[in-house]
Amino acid sequence: MSGAPAQHLEHSVLSPLSIHDMTVAYQRKPVLWDIDLDLPPGKLVGILGPNGAGKSTLIKASLDLIPRASGRVHIFGKPYKEQRHLVAYVPQRESVDWDFPVSALDVVTMGLYGKLGWFRRVGKKEKALAQEALERVGMGEYSARQIRQLSGGQQQRVFLARALVQDAPVTFMDEPFAGVDAATEKAIVALLESLREAGKTVVVVHHDLQTMAEYFDHLVMLNMRVVAAGPTEEVFNEENLRKTYGGRLTMLDTVADALRRSKE
Amino acid sequence: MTSLISLADYNTKVVVLGVLALGTSCGFIGSFMLLRKRALMADTVSHSTLPGIAMAFLLMVAGGQDGKWLPGLLLGALLSGLAGMGAVIAVQRWTRIKEDAALGIVLSVFFGLGVSLLGIIQKMSSGSAAGLESFIYGKTASMLAADAILIAAVGAFSLLLCGALFKEFTLLCFDPDFATSQGLPVLLLDVALMSLVVLLTVIGLQAVGLILVIALLIIPPASARFWTDNLSVMAFLAAAFGGVAGGVGALLSAMAPKWPAGAVIVLANSLLFTLSFTFGTTRGLVVRWKERRTLNRKIARQHLMRALFELGEETGSDLVPWDRVSAERSWSQQALRREVERAKSQGLVEESGSNLSLTESGMTKAARVVRNHRLWETYLITHADIAPSHVDRDADMVEHILDKALIAELEALLQAEHHLPSPHPRDEGVSP
Repeated sequence: MSGAPAQHLEHSVLSPLSIHDMTVAYQRKPVLWDIDLDLPPGKLVGILGPNGAGKSTLIKASLDLIPRASGRVHIFGKPYKEQRHLVAYVPQRESVDWDFPVSALDVVTMGLYGKLGWFRRVGKKEKALAQEALERVGMGEYSARQIRQLSGGQQQRVFLARALVQDAPVTFMDEPFAGVDAATEKAIVALLESLREAGKTVVVVHHDLQTMAEYFDHLVMLNMRVVAAGPTEEVFNEENLRKTYGGRLTMLDTVADALRRSKE
Repeated sequence: MTSLISLADYNTKVVVLGVLALGTSCGFIGSFMLLRKRALMADTVSHSTLPGIAMAFLLMVAGGQDGKWLPGLLLGALLSGLAGMGAVIAVQRWTRIKEDAALGIVLSVFFGLGVSLLGIIQKMSSGSAAGLESFIYGKTASMLAADAILIAAVGAFSLLLCGALFKEFTLLCFDPDFATSQGLPVLLLDVALMSLVVLLTVIGLQAVGLILVIALLIIPPASARFWTDNLSVMAFLAAAFGGVAGGVGALLSAMAPKWPAGAVIVLANSLLFTLSFTFGTTRGLVVRWKERRTLNRKIARQHLMRALFELGEETGSDLVPWDRVSAERSWSQQALRREVERAKSQGLVEESGSNLSLTESGMTKAARVVRNHRLWETYLITHADIAPSHVDRDADMVEHILDKALIAELEALLQAEHHLPSPHPRDEGVSP
């Protein structure tokens, strides 16, 4: 491990996500091995790695959405099951059917279902909170729109609003920047920064090496195992990128370019 | 006269009310089943009830009871339906067989088993089994008041439960992963939803039969979807459709006893479906055709406006010769004539001799259209890597999608290149 030394804070109560010895397998093939990770609080954390590196799997296994073969996941020092209310989640946009008969506001109120509890209906208070969250992502005027009528970027912002309304100290976002327009990308970046200012931690699966160093304070470089994890300025270097992406020629240009940009 | 008599008949009333209750609850719960994309699962479950019915009959006869005691038969159907559902889940989970194949396998195996058992029963006993086949096609005439009450009670229970879990079922259907992250027991909710479906299937067996009961669960919600984009409205509308079709179907079949009730009910449902499919206000054929026509007209009008504006810009004259306009977009004379007439009636265009010109309000509108178009063009050119599939240029004014800073940037770019006229050479043309 170059850059940051491997840290074993033994599930610090301060760490918004602390993973110990996690292995995840689909069928018989492991996709993540021996993951040890301790994220610092109040940072924007980027997870990067090539396709199939297990970036989304890392998030899903941490949130009990897919079973772990081994390992423990703690959120602020306690198992995820007990800390669920502290965690917000933004799944990949493609994971749902956008033809579903609900409005943008309906989707955002779904972020409050957990708090609301069984059998209770969505009331004025929940709707007001949801409307406020939509306004924060610049979607205030679209609240009554059926979600199919929104563009891809707008749909992504609805998903973000649904996480915002949860008002959680930790938010996991699975590829929020995938296939969005420039305005949405800017809106997401502004949102990430405002969350950091509020002292929240955001963990983001991200694809674009060009913007990696610009958007994130802390990186987890992943390729079936943690190649490097630490503050961006320490770990975002050519050696780690090579280890993460392998020596693919097409990658190297991008890598060189990304490095150059990060130093500008 | 006979039909009037049978209408007043106590038994007919019972049947009609029973089927109405069945249709209502099936429509409501079916809405969630459809959105959870479990329609074929329900079909498989209904077919898997047959071996349970046969086995229940055999057991009751072996115990010296009346083999056709209804609650016993329905209990058998319920257990066997649940077993079918379990079998689908097991096959999917422990083999690598995909869902559609798993459903097909379970459906045919269970139904085949049921048919074989029925065959054995028919050979074995002396006619006492007659009537068991009515579960396959349904036979409302054999319904008693007690059966109708059972249907109404089970239907009311399902409606209540589904209403109480409305928000949880909604999230389950829309985004199960997110539901899990909210702490909802997704598996349990799924089981609850499918159990309601099994329950309704079982009580519907007698009325419409196990082959057709699926129609009561699928068709009403599918019809309702054509009228609304709101889930609550959809569920209540589906309940209404299901109830009406059930009631009307049962009535018709009572008046003409040769028509089996199940089939008539399904036909009534499909009539509602056809009407919804055609006239539905949200996504019916007519509405979609109108939307398409409005859009086409809007595009044609924008093309005309842009052509007049840009040709005017080029020649420095407000008057644009007709021929230049038709050449600009290779419009046929008729097509151009039609567009011009439409634009004239809207007060956007004036015609003098063989020349066309924009009116004052036409000019304002055209300037806006041209500006919007050029900003989009520039945006697509300068941000080609991200943009193309994510913008709908005709539907969205550029201001709604891009932020102010970016628009200012694009405008500056256009002005610097003296292109607040066109950003592209004229001969490249402009795609609609």
